[in-house]
Amino acid sequence: MRILEGKGVTKHFGGLAAISNVDFYVDQGEIVGLIGPNGAGKTTLFNLISAALPLNSGVIRFKGEKITGLKPHRICRAGVARTFQSVKVFGNMPVLGNVLLGSLFGTSIGMSSADATKEAIESLEFVGLSAVSATLAKDLTLANQKRLEVAKALATKPELLLLDELVAGLNATETAQAMELVTKIRDRGITILVIEHVMKAIMSICDRIMVLHHGEKIAEGTPKEITNNQTVIEVYLGK
Amino acid sequence: MVVKILDVVIAGLLLGGLYALIAMGLSLQYGVARVLNISHGEFIMLGALITWFLYKAFGVNPLVSLAICGPVTFIIGFLLYRTLFTRLRTSSVSIGAYEGSSMLASFGLLFIIQNVALIVWGSEIKGYTYLAFPVNVGGALFAANRLVALAFAVFIGLVFYLFLVRTRLGKAIRAAAQDAATAGLMGVNINQVLALCFGFGALMAGFAGLLISMCYPVHAAMGLEYTIITIIVVVLGGLGSIPGSFIGGFILGLIGSIVTYLEPGLSLAAYYVIFMLLLLVKPTGILGK
Amino acid sequence: MDLTTVTSKRLLFLGLLFLVFILLAFLPLYGSVYTVILVTAIFMYIILTVSWVIFSGPTGYISLAPAAFFGVGIYTSAVLGKVLPLPIVICIGALASFCLALLVGALTLRLRGIYFSIFTFGLVLLIQQLLLWYEVRITHTRGRFVIVVNNTTIYYVMLGILVILLLAAYLIRRSKYGLALQSIGEDEEAAAHIGINVTVLKTIIFAVSAIFTGAAGAIMATRWTYIDPYIAFNPLFSFLPVLMAIFGGMGQFYGPIIGAAIFAYLEEVLLTRFPYYYMLIFGIILVVAILYLPDGLVGLVQKWRKGGSARQHADT
Repeated sequence: MRILEGKGVTKHFGGLAAISNVDFYVDQGEIVGLIGPNGAGKTTLFNLISAALPLNSGVIRFKGEKITGLKPHRICRAGVARTFQSVKVFGNMPVLGNVLLGSLFGTSIGMSSADATKEAIESLEFVGLSAVSATLAKDLTLANQKRLEVAKALATKPELLLLDELVAGLNATETAQAMELVTKIRDRGITILVIEHVMKAIMSICDRIMVLHHGEKIAEGTPKEITNNQTVIEVYLGK
Repeated sequence: MVVKILDVVIAGLLLGGLYALIAMGLSLQYGVARVLNISHGEFIMLGALITWFLYKAFGVNPLVSLAICGPVTFIIGFLLYRTLFTRLRTSSVSIGAYEGSSMLASFGLLFIIQNVALIVWGSEIKGYTYLAFPVNVGGALFAANRLVALAFAVFIGLVFYLFLVRTRLGKAIRAAAQDAATAGLMGVNINQVLALCFGFGALMAGFAGLLISMCYPVHAAMGLEYTIITIIVVVLGGLGSIPGSFIGGFILGLIGSIVTYLEPGLSLAAYYVIFMLLLLVKPTGILGK
Repeated sequence: MDLTTVTSKRLLFLGLLFLVFILLAFLPLYGSVYTVILVTAIFMYIILTVSWVIFSGPTGYISLAPAAFFGVGIYTSAVLGKVLPLPIVICIGALASFCLALLVGALTLRLRGIYFSIFTFGLVLLIQQLLLWYEVRITHTRGRFVIVVNNTTIYYVMLGILVILLLAAYLIRRSKYGLALQSIGEDEEAAAHIGINVTVLKTIIFAVSAIFTGAAGAIMATRWTYIDPYIAFNPLFSFLPVLMAIFGGMGQFYGPIIGAAIFAYLEEVLLTRFPYYYMLIFGIILVVAILYLPDGLVGLVQKWRKGGSARQHADT
């Protein structure tokens, strides 16, 4: 089933077309990669899906239902969660509090405070942050802050997770750990859409890859197909 | 009938000219220096009361006072920025936090300036007459002082516009308005430019106060209403757009004149209705980004 | 610190709190009239400040509306005080403020915080002028006379409002909504994306905070025998809560209370003797506090204490 589907998605900023008539889809259970040079519009596309920005035209559907025009909190409760490229944790709150907000407010059905706390603790365990649950989020290392971003998103019990440049700024070990986490998340049954720049990471875990350039989709296929795609090679190596 | 309409329209232009002048000043302070200076009206009051005082105590011609009020308000504004707001800017974690704390600091300034004026000059309403003879414009009678005020407001506005567009400093200011950080990197002495902007904003308020004192009675608490009206003008024109403030000032002036003609005492309410409509439909204003 | 020390500290604190409450509850019986009036004024400022902090503290949305809500409460009393019993009048004052705040919130809290601040800033003058126009044009009267209520009643009503407010503020702060408000202040976009309906939450909490300001206005109106729009709608009542909260410090729950108590006492003492000078000094203190006391008095004390214990541990 197509859990996420976009048709004719377009977004302008003034005269500049950031996303131009893009069609895309994600099947349930997949890990799909979204790549492209800087400024291609990848994060903009995420912003359109999560309603951080409004569309100019086109339609986006989640599980068959139209989500364009909904506010971000509704989309989150419907089952779409995302992380941000510039890690947006709540710095002056402890780690547990950060995640607790997700389980209290972001799930489709409400939870009691006690249940929400249990869920939050579980979420922290899942990403490996149990040891620092009382630390203020701003005092974490970058790698841990990124884990926290993911934990927050997972606490909202999403069916679809949008990960924006999860491994940017991480060293080799941390990157490997992050990729492991992504696989673990998929094993839980969550569909994942990732934006990445680090090719090795993305090629190894994605079932399918979409390539954006200047706001348009220029290629789509399996990792192998994409690595051999002439247009993609030109875009990345040429110019 | 035609005379009545002309009456209202010209009165609107007179009011609009004042609003435009004041709003351009605030726009400089908010658009460039990022300070929403809610003590702006107090600088108007200072200009007005200093002019009144000089006229009453020493018989100084108000138009001559331009040369005194201007520098006084400019220096106060410039120094305030160099000391208070620069220090605040460096200690703020983000632009958003700076906007908030600078607004609150200007709230404190409001009370400081207003109460200094109350201590020095007392709370009674004051006025003087200057050029109060009527002038005939197309069949309608207008006080000469109001026409002079309009002429000066437009003149100052034009001079300022030319300054922004033609001079090096003006271009630096426009660059800083677009992107202060980059302008700084390109060799503009950003702190100096921002302080000058703030000073110029205060200067224009001071001039406006002087012009107002020629036509209307003044008192130490007159500033607040002008501040509120000016902020609405700036929002109407587009937060951060100086030309927008100019246009917005005239629009609001005309509306104010019409409303005062139909139902005096409701002009602020009318401005707020405009404000509410803006918030609902286009918060970024006419020329805002 | 082991568990018994923590528990006994808590008990001591609660005990002190209870003692203070008892002292206050019986004040009119043993205190002079002057003391009762002074403490009533202190209550008023604590109410204005704590209710302001409920919303503006965690979210960072600076409201300059307290004077407007206070004025609405005062005018409700002036208009209805003669025809309805006092408790009803106070409730209506609270309700009117609540509705006004809902309207303002619905209009402005969908947008950036600066619009909210600007709109609330002008609100007090707007309502003042609307009422003036109404009184001059429609009713042809200026001002109204308010019913007289004795000082002890005013005292107890204010104490009641204060207790309810402190409970409400404490409960909100500790609830999931308090956590959500804090997250809005930290990063509103992230808060929206984690499932919080930020606009609705902000508007409701803002409206709730207005209730107490309106109620306080309704009862305090009876202290002035004559009310007109200038007296009821005074920007000073937007300035003072901001000053008291910032000076006291918004990090801890009791910071605003301490700030309010200090300034309330200062204001009452200086008001009659140096009317303009004290406002001037308060203005200077606000500017100084913004520059040098970002966490307020409470924050400063905490830093000293942390500095002291850090030195202790450094020696071991």
